Amino acid sequence: MNSNRLFNILVPLISVLIGLFAGALIMLGFGYNPITGYVALWNGAFGDLYYFGETIRQVTPYILTGLAVAFAFRTGLFNIGAEGQVIVGWLAAVWVGTTIEAPMYIHLPLAIIAAAAAGALWGFIPGLLKATRGVHEVIITIMLNYTALYSANAIVRNVLSDNEDKTPDVAATASLASEWFQNMTFFSRMHYGIFIALFAAVIMWFLIERTTIGYELKSVGFNQHASKYAGMSVKRNIILSMVIAGAFAGMAGSMEGLGTFGYMSVQSGFNNLGFDGIAVALLGANTALGVVLAALLFGTLKVGALNMPTEAGVPTELVDIIIALIIFFVASSYIIRWVILRFKKEEK
Amino acid sequence: MKNRKFVLLFALLLSLGMLLAACGGGDSGEGSTDSEAASDNEGNESGEEASTDFSAGMVTDVGGVDDKSFNQSAWEGLKAWGEEHSLEKGKGFDYAQSNSDSDYLPNLNTLVREEYNLVFGIGYKLEDAIKDVAEQYPDTNFAIVDSVVEGDNIASITFADHEGSFLAGVAAAKKTKTNKVGFVGGTDSDLINKFESGFRAGVKTVNPDIEIDVQYAGAFDAPDDGKLIASNMYSNEIDVIYHSSGATGNGVFAQAKDIKNNEPDREIWVIGVDRDQYAEGEIGDHNVTLTSMIKRVDNSVQEVSNQAMNGDFPGGEALEFGVEDEGVGLADTNEEAYTEEISGAVDEWKQKIIDGEVEVPQTHDELDDYLDSL
Repeated sequence: MNSNRLFNILVPLISVLIGLFAGALIMLGFGYNPITGYVALWNGAFGDLYYFGETIRQVTPYILTGLAVAFAFRTGLFNIGAEGQVIVGWLAAVWVGTTIEAPMYIHLPLAIIAAAAAGALWGFIPGLLKATRGVHEVIITIMLNYTALYSANAIVRNVLSDNEDKTPDVAATASLASEWFQNMTFFSRMHYGIFIALFAAVIMWFLIERTTIGYELKSVGFNQHASKYAGMSVKRNIILSMVIAGAFAGMAGSMEGLGTFGYMSVQSGFNNLGFDGIAVALLGANTALGVVLAALLFGTLKVGALNMPTEAGVPTELVDIIIALIIFFVASSYIIRWVILRFKKEEK
Repeated sequence: MKNRKFVLLFALLLSLGMLLAACGGGDSGEGSTDSEAASDNEGNESGEEASTDFSAGMVTDVGGVDDKSFNQSAWEGLKAWGEEHSLEKGKGFDYAQSNSDSDYLPNLNTLVREEYNLVFGIGYKLEDAIKDVAEQYPDTNFAIVDSVVEGDNIASITFADHEGSFLAGVAAAKKTKTNKVGFVGGTDSDLINKFESGFRAGVKTVNPDIEIDVQYAGAFDAPDDGKLIASNMYSNEIDVIYHSSGATGNGVFAQAKDIKNNEPDREIWVIGVDRDQYAEGEIGDHNVTLTSMIKRVDNSVQEVSNQAMNGDFPGGEALEFGVEDEGVGLADTNEEAYTEEISGAVDEWKQKIIDGEVEVPQTHDELDDYLDSL
C-alpha cells in the first residue's frame, strides 16, 4: 500500500521531468539554450506578481475542468465533452450576469449555479444516452462540443448582442473580478474564482472518498456487473457522474465569463480548456489533490510559455512542441510505470 | 529493500536537478551579461543614428505571425522599420504571438514590461486588451490596427477596406465568365461586413446581373472550413472568389489549386486579401491569384513607428488609410490574368472614389441603399 502511494507520486513526477528533459533536447537540437528557455518559462509564470496572478488565473479553470474529467473517469466514463460543457457554462453565466439585476449575494451565486446547471445539462445528455441506450459517451460528448460551440456563437451574436462579436460586460454584482487581487498583482486578471475552484476540489474529494454516493460511483467504475449484482443502479450512477462532471466544467466556464473576461465573445474555435482538462486529470491520477497540482503545472506551462519567444528567442512553434512533449510523457506514464515495475522485479 | 532503490533514484534525480540548476545559474548569468554587453554595444553603435533606445513590439491575434495575411504584413512592416534603423529582432523590435483570446493581455503586458516604447495590437480582437493596458500604463504608447480605441496614448490605424473591396469587386465582375462570384468572410462582424459591402457594391456596379454568393466561415484560423466553402462555390459554377478571412483563406487557395490540378482548362480565380497573395496562388506555370486587395498594414506600421520614434506619435487620433494615400489597392502581380482591360476599369473606378463620385457603402444598410440607387 505504501509503495503504491509512492508509485502514484513518482510516476507523474518522472513524466514531467522526462518531458522537460526532452524539451531541452529539442531546444538544444535547434540551437537554442534550454536553460535560458526554461528560465524564461519560469519568469513568465512566476517572474513577478503580474505573471503570478496570470498563472493563477489560468490555473482556476484548469482545476475545474480537470475535476470534471477526473470525476467521470472515476465512474469509468471518458468525458471528452468538458470543452462543450465549459462553453455552455460560460454562456449561461454571462447570460445571467448581463440580463438579471440583483444584489451581489444573489446575483453572483445565481450566475455560477446557472453555469453549473448548464454544464450539468450538457453532461446529462451523454449520461442518459449511455445509461439507457448504451451509446458511447466519447462520441456523444465530442459531438456536443460542436453543438455547444456553434449554438453559443449564434446566441452571443443574435440574442445577447446586436450582431456583434461579444456580449456586453457582466454587471458588477455578478463579477468575480477582484480589485484587491488586481492591485496586488499589477493588473493581472486574477480573480476570486480560485477559491471556488479549490472549494470544488474539496467537494470532489469529499464526495468520492467520504460518501455512499461516491462509493457507488467508484464501484460502478471498477466493475459495472458486480455493482449491479450488489444492488446498485448502474444507470443512475452513470447519469449522476456525468451530471456532476458537467457541473464542474460548467463552473470552469463561469470562471472565464465572470472572472477572466467578464463577457463572452464569439469563439472561432475551441479554447482547449476542456481538452487540457483531460491531461490535467491524467497527470493528477484522477484525485482531487492531484488535479489541483497538475492544474498548477499546466497553468504555469501555458502562461510561462508566452514569455519564451520574447525573452529567450525560442520560436513559438518550438514552445508548442516542448509543451506537447511534456504532455506526451505525462500521458505515457503507463510506460514509466511498466519500466519501474521491471526494475522492481529484477531486484527480486 | 525495495524502498532503497527508490531513494537512490530520487537522490539521483535530485542531484541531477541541482546540477542543472547550478549550470542554469552560471549560464544565465553569463547570458545576461552577454546580452547586456551586446545591447551596450548596440547603444554605442546606433548612438550616432539618434534612433537608439526606441523600440517597438507587436502582439498578433490568433492567426499568428505567419498567417500569410494581416499579421504577417504587420510584422513585415515592423521588420522593415527595424532594418531601416539597423535594429535586430529581440533588440529593438519583436512580436509576441497569441494562441487564444486569453493570451492578448499577458502578451501586451510582457512587451510593456520589457519596456517597448510602442506596442501594436494587430487586429480588432485586441481592442479591449489594448484599452485596458493603455489605461494601466499611460507612459507607453500603443497602436491598434483595424479598430478605433479612444485614449491619449493610443493611435488607431484603420483602412478603407470597403474602397479596396469595391475595386476587388470591379475586377471580379470583369473577370467572371459564368456571372457568378463568391465572397468568403472570416467572422460575420462589422469589419468583415465592410469588405463584403464594398465588394458586392463593386460587382453590382459593373454588372447588376452577376450573382454573388456570400459565406462566412466563422473563423479566421480555419483553412479546412475555407476549403469546404470554396469547394461548394466552385462546384456551383462560381469562378471568382474574394476571400477576406485571414488564414481561413489559405483553404480557398488550396481548393482552387486542387481543382486547377485536376482540370487544367477550367478558369477559376481567387482574390487575396490584406497582402499580395500571389505566392499562395502559384501552381506550376499558372497562378490562380487574380489579384489581391492589399492593405498596406506594413506601411502603416512602419509609418506610425517612425512618427512615434521622432516624437510625434499620433496618440488619440484615428488614422484612416484609404485609396487616396495608397493605403488600400489592388495588386497587379499576375499580369497574365489581371489584364489591361481589368486594370483600366479598376483605375477608372479608383479615380471616381478619389473624386468622391461614388460613396462606397460600408454596412449592409448602406449597401441596400446603394444597390437601390443603381
